[in-house]
Amino acid sequence: MSGANGLNLTLKVWRQKNDKDKGQMETYQVADISPDSSFLEMMDILNEQLIEEGKEPVAFDHDCREGICGMCSMYINGEAHGPGRGITTCQLHMREFNNGDTIYIEPWRAKAFPVIKDLVVDRSGFDRIMAAGGFVSVNTSGNTQDANAIPIPKADADKAFDAATCIGCGACVASCKNASAMLFVSAKVSQFALLPQGRPEAAERVQNMVKQMDEEGFGNCSNTGACEVECPKGISLENIARMNREYLSSSFKKEEV
Amino acid sequence: MSVLDSKIPEGPIKDKWTNHKNNIKLVNPANKRLIDVIVVGTGLAGGSAAATLAELGYNVKAFCYQDSPRRAHSIAAQGGINAAKNYQGDGDSTYRLFYDTVKGGDYRSREANVYRLAEVSTNIIDQCVAQGVPFARDYGGLLDNRSFGGVQVSRTFYAKGQTGQQLLLGCYSAMSRQIGKGKIKMYNRHEMMDIVKVDGKARGIIARNLITGEIERHSAHAVVIASGGYGNVFFLSTNAMGSNVSAGWKIHKKGAFFANPCYTQIHPTCIPQHGDQQSKLTLMSESLRNDGRIWVPKKKEDAEAVRAGKLRGVDIPEEDRDYYLERRYPSFGNLVPRDVASRAAKERCDAGYGVGTNESGEAVYLDFSAAIMRYGQEQANIHGEHDASEARVRELGEDVVEKKYGNLFQMYEKITADNPYKVPMKIYPAVHYTMGGVWVDYNLMTTIKGCYCIGEANFSDHGANRLGASALMQGLADGYFVLPYTIGDYLANDIRTGSISTDSPEFEEAEKSVKDQINFFINNAGTKSVDHFHKRLGKVMWNKVGMARNEQGLKEAIEEIKQIREEFWKEVKVPGVADGMNLELEKAGRVADFLELGELFARDALLRNESCGGHFREEYSTEEGEAMRDDENFTHVSAWEFKGEPSDAVLHVESLVYDNIELKTRSYK
Repeated sequence: MSGANGLNLTLKVWRQKNDKDKGQMETYQVADISPDSSFLEMMDILNEQLIEEGKEPVAFDHDCREGICGMCSMYINGEAHGPGRGITTCQLHMREFNNGDTIYIEPWRAKAFPVIKDLVVDRSGFDRIMAAGGFVSVNTSGNTQDANAIPIPKADADKAFDAATCIGCGACVASCKNASAMLFVSAKVSQFALLPQGRPEAAERVQNMVKQMDEEGFGNCSNTGACEVECPKGISLENIARMNREYLSSSFKKEEV
Repeated sequence: MSVLDSKIPEGPIKDKWTNHKNNIKLVNPANKRLIDVIVVGTGLAGGSAAATLAELGYNVKAFCYQDSPRRAHSIAAQGGINAAKNYQGDGDSTYRLFYDTVKGGDYRSREANVYRLAEVSTNIIDQCVAQGVPFARDYGGLLDNRSFGGVQVSRTFYAKGQTGQQLLLGCYSAMSRQIGKGKIKMYNRHEMMDIVKVDGKARGIIARNLITGEIERHSAHAVVIASGGYGNVFFLSTNAMGSNVSAGWKIHKKGAFFANPCYTQIHPTCIPQHGDQQSKLTLMSESLRNDGRIWVPKKKEDAEAVRAGKLRGVDIPEEDRDYYLERRYPSFGNLVPRDVASRAAKERCDAGYGVGTNESGEAVYLDFSAAIMRYGQEQANIHGEHDASEARVRELGEDVVEKKYGNLFQMYEKITADNPYKVPMKIYPAVHYTMGGVWVDYNLMTTIKGCYCIGEANFSDHGANRLGASALMQGLADGYFVLPYTIGDYLANDIRTGSISTDSPEFEEAEKSVKDQINFFINNAGTKSVDHFHKRLGKVMWNKVGMARNEQGLKEAIEEIKQIREEFWKEVKVPGVADGMNLELEKAGRVADFLELGELFARDALLRNESCGGHFREEYSTEEGEAMRDDENFTHVSAWEFKGEPSDAVLHVESLVYDNIELKTRSYK
């Protein structure tokens, strides 16, 4: 699309060659962007332009482009995933911006998410937290008990689902002034804590995941709630409360063991 | 033609898998510790395989190009997963799931594989619930089901519109447990660049570290390819941006046959294209067809007015709407299989009844107003509001629809800025899934010894058309319940082999050719970006090898793709460096492979002189536009052997034998 509705924009983009480079903001112009384009399509256009000019395109993470893989991760005008609630960057559309706007685009900023290049950061700390306890210890056998053997109250199943919709994008960490990963970790802890299948190792799980979270260098929670506001999946702060409860009760249990 | 041995076990179909499992070799637990397995791809198939193989005791190395295994594109599957649990008591059974899948695939899949798939489907649900996957439940606390296209029972398990996500996170958690134990060594942000064969057997891969650009050698006793489908050969598809054919294509070039490349699924319910700058298409789950009704205006002048922006769909009176699926296929209505629904939409739009106000002009309505009122009335009755106003009924109904499809409606609104609760959605078909893929035998082994292929990347279970909610089923069946058994039969011969050295000439040579290609791209003095060529390829594929194909168009496509490929190798420009993160370089390698696959794809479509499932040849259709199969000449799998150029590929045929199902003309009328 082009013509009357097209947007002309100034982009201030973080450029950083690699993890050792200091990095700096660069200014680019893009013209005649369709308001129906997604934000990442606008970035594609910028990159095509840079390639044509013989410059290196901006590296950014993206994959499914429908808001579910959690790969995209830009800090746009001071907000994780940009303006708008309940969306990832790939679901942000250019109709949210006005002709002539200047847009600031930065990577997630957190000690535990070091920059790899430009807007790409290393979120493998999340994977290591999951490996520390984000699972139910059940082997694949083909003869676990029938799926309907344990009825689960719909309300619990729904709450577990809500927590389980976390896409692991890291917006919570990026939005938090302490770069805390509590919302991410608590979503997984809650999902399993709410289901009978997750109860047997609940105490061990919360202990191990929190320990790993601390080792990764994520900050603490000070109940500001920015994470909940910026979370593209609307993961609730209640999960953090539940995790704290699980953690506290597991601390007593640990002494018993 | 005898090179293809599908290794289907003897005996009655219902006993084949059990007998086979009882007869194949096992590897004892102590020996499993001596054996390494590489798994490429961490979606439902690769993730479940990696986790299960590690649980069994093998040393697994898993690779994914994303920054975490949790991001594989299985995550985007919305609607659900089929299983013959018969929890609804509506007459479902293993046989019925088997029958529906073979029929839905237009009688072009292998009976024994499909039966096994139906058989293990119930185990998948048990396994996932045990892992803590939060499926939807009813008020009694038991699992809920819904219905999908092409079947007449409710056997689809779901987690709102995020079933793929929940199942993949289940897999990922199983993998995480093994990663924590050190039984899986995970290589994130790594791309497989080639397979390495030693003495005719798959013994490792060459991978590129996508952060440092380093080229690495990895050895193993077997290699499992689980790299997904190749829908991105069309440039625009519902696949993730990074989804590619390269792993499958590299093994094809080293001896794995590629089967039925022309079988592609065009999904009927996607958000229509908005313009030339678009990067991908978004699917709206088929589950919406449970409640949404599909229509276009009856009068051409109404359609024209809608396209010109002078008339809104909601203002067209009921009697002027053409619910064309209900009209053409009364017994299945809006729930006909995907291929049928897609072609019917194209037919109406080609005839001038499309309602797209976007640049492409192509769209049909998917309307929830009837469902909203129906559910609303039901809720009013439940709440004892017997004289509820229309507005109240609508409110109650919207609430129900929101609970069922909330995230999908929200997604639609974000993309289009239209509110689907108030105005009908606009949808149009888009490339979604590829039934074709690497040829495998009953054990899921390719024609390279020790190289396996599972999930969407292989060709085996869906024939010429896949039914909704069956992709998740197949991925998890292959990874959790099939491959872990069948691979043991092969690895049992490797218990004394010891670890495989990466210092051999074979690794040397494979690494060199990978490096040569990378250096070529970096140093080529071209002028056009990778996307430039990818978009051109996509246009040819969509226009001439898309929803409807004919001989002339296919012949043109073959020539055009060849030309684009030649130009690509002369003119492509890849900025940046080889020894660091370089997204353009990654794309270049993938598009190079798509440019070869595209040609083979068109050749395969040209040779298949019939219409079946997702493959529709205009020359082979009835006057009413229904597909005409040619069972006499084409009841077979076309498996291609690589011989240099795509045009030199040699065709091998696996005949399909139907002992348990009678071949019939598929009818959903």
